Amino acid sequence: MAVSLEFERRPRLIQAFMDCWIMIKRSSTHILRNTDQLLGAFFQPIMFLILFATVFGGAVAGTLPEGVSYLNFLMAGIIVQTVAFGSTTTAIAICNDLQKGIIDRFRSLPMTNSAVLTGHVVSDMLRNSISTVVMLITGLLIGFRSNASFIDWLAIAGLLLLFTFAFSWLAAIVGVLAKNVEAVQWLTFIIVFPLTFASSAFVPKETMSSAIRPFAENQPITQIVEAVRALILGTPIGNYAWLAVIWCIGILVVTIPLASWLFARKSQQ
Amino acid sequence: MPDIIIEAKGLVKSYGTNQVLKGIDLQVERGTMLALLGPNGAGKTTTVRILSTLLKYDAGTATIKGFDVVKDADKVRNVIGLTGQAAAVDELLTGRENLVMMGRLYRLTKASALARADELLKDFDLEAAANRSAKTYSGGMRRRLDLAVSLIATPPVIFLDEPTTGLDPRSRLSMWEIIKNLLASGTTILLTTQYLEEADQLADKIIVIDGGKVIAQGTSAELKSKVGKDRLELVFDTASNLKAALAILGKEVVATDTKNLSAALVINDINTDVKRVLDALEVAEVPLQSMAVHKPTLDDVFLSLTGKIKVEKGGKK
Repeated sequence: MAVSLEFERRPRLIQAFMDCWIMIKRSSTHILRNTDQLLGAFFQPIMFLILFATVFGGAVAGTLPEGVSYLNFLMAGIIVQTVAFGSTTTAIAICNDLQKGIIDRFRSLPMTNSAVLTGHVVSDMLRNSISTVVMLITGLLIGFRSNASFIDWLAIAGLLLLFTFAFSWLAAIVGVLAKNVEAVQWLTFIIVFPLTFASSAFVPKETMSSAIRPFAENQPITQIVEAVRALILGTPIGNYAWLAVIWCIGILVVTIPLASWLFARKSQQ
Repeated sequence: MPDIIIEAKGLVKSYGTNQVLKGIDLQVERGTMLALLGPNGAGKTTTVRILSTLLKYDAGTATIKGFDVVKDADKVRNVIGLTGQAAAVDELLTGRENLVMMGRLYRLTKASALARADELLKDFDLEAAANRSAKTYSGGMRRRLDLAVSLIATPPVIFLDEPTTGLDPRSRLSMWEIIKNLLASGTTILLTTQYLEEADQLADKIIVIDGGKVIAQGTSAELKSKVGKDRLELVFDTASNLKAALAILGKEVVATDTKNLSAALVINDINTDVKRVLDALEVAEVPLQSMAVHKPTLDDVFLSLTGKIKVEKGGKK
């Protein structure tokens, strides 16, 4: 062998971060190279935004507060919905990895194995950011206007990233537990669909039937949607912001160790 | 005192009530290759997965360079490379990206990882495809990349789990060349294979396993000598002729195949025994359809050890 090799000697924790960084680069490369998925991340939000705005706009308009257009009302909801549905991609990527020999390879290396999950979850934030920006631009083109200040937008970005992070870790659990990609599809669907539709994402929660309203008012998606919406519309934010943050942190505290543990257990089989 | 690099003693592993390893013992000396030979389901892959830290075992001991594969898994992972049955490369990354990523995960510096990747791409004849995503690779290229990836940090111990299964003959030969070079460079290798020829060609020592147990071990020559002498195979055209022949030849027949109407005999002396058998058949007027003399091969070893011969005799295994 001609090349003499040099190894890095770093503290364990730093190495773990390095492993995560390498895995984030890997998953991000996957996203950027997977043209079909990228097109989906690009066109799906445009389609959703225009369909919801034009189909529901007329019906919902009467129930909205004075001076609020449906498009401006919808924006927060449709962004959160897109992010929530986008987490399916994280689950699929993890499920795919587990079905292939590559996990065995990673496990035979002196690396932190849960970095594989971190890579998929974090790169998901990249994809969701692309979708969100596409949606905002589309919104602006068809009449979306906001009074939010730059600071407000930073807060919106922060909340959405935290939410994406939390939801992707939730999806990671689905990805680890599901036996195949088909199972991932319907599992995430039955989790994400009720959560986003039984929330104030698309219609004011005051208009919902009393059967669903207590659920809609107290579940995490509503808190996020209401917090982002208040920032976009410039209305009082109330408890929504910190409730949203608490929900996300709560989800993370449970899902990160659980997903890592399940992942280690599953990949040992 | 031989320098033992890979060692397993009384390795036991069960999945539920199904005991797949029933006490495997093996030792691989520094710079040599041991081949684990056995049919599907014999426990070859399970053994490799345990030794490469992927799977916990139930009883026994397993060490690499003296490090326990469970307690010192991290130390073990620093010195091993694994090429599994499914080519474990990232399909969306290019060949070079795969190599560099794995090199970095082995803690190589960026400069070292890049330099070593280039070297491996050249050695494994993948230079032209270096910047193409691995999903565009042929089966043989993928296996080569897979092996290259496991060599990125030049680990002194390599596990090759059926490295040529599913490859066309040309790709298999090129894999063999690579493996031989690896061995020549001083790497300690544990190879599993279903192909007797592969074990015969490459390995210093062979362990035959079946049903989770070691049923024979030794060098290729030692195993062949266990089966021993040349065999004479006689094929008849009818069952009654076969029956008549069996009556004449009696205890000399070591194996009978009633389906193919054949009988096999051990030949001690090629100059006299063949003629004597043919004369006996001629005197009794039992016509032959065909005959052949076989040198013992590892296939014979394998078949006789795994009990397939008994099946041929019409009994149940």
